[in-house]
Amino acid sequence: MSAGRPQGRSLAPYALAGPFVIVFIIFVVVPLARAGVLALQQTYGPQAAEFVLFGNFAQLARDPLFWRAIANTLVFTAASVFIQLPLALGLAMLLNRPGLRGRGIYRLIFFSPQLMGMVFVATLASIVFEKRSGLLNQALHWAFGVSLDFPWLQTYVMPTLIITTLWMYVGFNMVYFLAALQNVDKSLLEAASIDGAGPWAKFRHVTLPAIRPVGSFVVLLSIIGSLQLFELPYVMLNATAGPANRGLTIVMYLYQSGFEVGDLGYASAIGWVLALMLVGFAIVQARLARTEV
Amino acid sequence: MGQKRTSTLTAVAAHAALIPLALLTLVPFVWLVIASLKNTDDFFSSMFLPLTGEMITLSIGQLSISLPEVAWDRLTLANYSRLFFELGIGRALLNSIFLSSTTALLATLCSAAGGYALARLRFTGRKVITTAVLAALIIPPPLLLAPTYQLLYELGLLNTFTGLILPAIAPAFGVFLFRQATIQSVPKDLIEAARIDGCSEIGIFFSIVLPLVRPMVGAFMLITFLATWNNFVWPQVVLQSSDKFPLSVAVSQLKGVYRQDYGLLMAGTVVSVLPPAMLFMLLQKEFISGLTAGAVKG
Repeated sequence: MSAGRPQGRSLAPYALAGPFVIVFIIFVVVPLARAGVLALQQTYGPQAAEFVLFGNFAQLARDPLFWRAIANTLVFTAASVFIQLPLALGLAMLLNRPGLRGRGIYRLIFFSPQLMGMVFVATLASIVFEKRSGLLNQALHWAFGVSLDFPWLQTYVMPTLIITTLWMYVGFNMVYFLAALQNVDKSLLEAASIDGAGPWAKFRHVTLPAIRPVGSFVVLLSIIGSLQLFELPYVMLNATAGPANRGLTIVMYLYQSGFEVGDLGYASAIGWVLALMLVGFAIVQARLARTEV
Repeated sequence: MGQKRTSTLTAVAAHAALIPLALLTLVPFVWLVIASLKNTDDFFSSMFLPLTGEMITLSIGQLSISLPEVAWDRLTLANYSRLFFELGIGRALLNSIFLSSTTALLATLCSAAGGYALARLRFTGRKVITTAVLAALIIPPPLLLAPTYQLLYELGLLNTFTGLILPAIAPAFGVFLFRQATIQSVPKDLIEAARIDGCSEIGIFFSIVLPLVRPMVGAFMLITFLATWNNFVWPQVVLQSSDKFPLSVAVSQLKGVYRQDYGLLMAGTVVSVLPPAMLFMLLQKEFISGLTAGAVKG
């Protein structure tokens, strides 16, 4: 037993937690506090700043572009929750059939688009939806003889974005649902069958309650991710918000305000609105998850 | 017997639904790879492989099928050689590898040590830090974009790798995961026994705790590597000179400049997607277990 040990023990926690705590304070706590100050300022680049107090928020409230961004983002979020997640659950239920061959391979295939980062998916997708050379138009032309010149990306901005994220995320969310489904008590399902429950009744009263915790986690994750959509439209639309700003999202507007216009204050104000929306959605979602059966 | 037949039938029905969906998922990948090997003319004139316009007849016994002949010799690596020799994509590839592995290693080490300290060690400030970490989980990263940019400007860290790596090595999410992992799989008695045996606290962390939370170490490292590789906003904001760009920014810039050069863009995408995909295939099991650990075990 060395004499220095008791003291060494009392310092050790700081040595272990230290690197994290220091970096956390400098790069999370400090920026968070400064985001509060910045939101009350107008800046021109990183240096010059003047206080406008709540002027940024007042400006946001009557900024049609900001409302446009919110509307677009909410449409996208709704599509994620009400189109993408049911598809993911359906796919997981198909894969969860007892004794299904090749489940591992199917799971890997459906999950694989997730390995491609958003930027790279955006690059691929923008060419898939391109006129003339795009896969979609070439396939439609080959199958139905329709014109090669239909500009999908320019005509249907939001639907193209939603279809692209379906490809990317249905398999990802399916992995969660599949893991949850495999934990559903089989004897309960059998008991329900013996009691004469049909497939829908079994799904509604046995499966759905059992996968609820995972389900609400996936819903929350999906909402959080969708509200922060940025790279996909930004890269697909070549660093623009698309025709008539139909691809403008909240984070894209934050980026444009802060780093193209140079007003970090306005960008921070948008950031706070985003944070409030996230917290609001999380609270509502937690309430719904508890009450509804 | 009847039961068995219906179950075979429904199995066939399940595959009948799953196979087309699987193909639909894979088609963009196949198209991507083939497109990266085509020249511009073939890009417009053929959907997948370039064709000679002739038909070839395959005879297998009595059966003969006519197929369009594939012009294999028109497939080319020209897009790739342009990317590497004229456009210097190799530099971006190296930047991506460096940034992703450094961030993954440091973030995992920081998170594991922090998570263990919060879970098992007593020290002043522990409660405050734990609460702060939990609270930080709900901060959307875009909120910190502008103030972090300003801070990096003041610290002189804009346009440096340090400015990109440093803010990413102390993720609240990571500390939270490792705190949970420690509580679940590192018994208090074991640590106490090691202390009595005279093992130092740092020694305990490296030789007892890290091996016990190994599944989380693997999963978190991989998740961080992929997230850093695919990250776009932060390098786009922090870095200015093109020799520092990782692939995510480099490819999006290519897309801006060579908009119509589809084969080139597809080759750039293949180069960007292949390394993390291969890494994932190698470490697949750890990734899936890490992904679902938080959700299923709660």
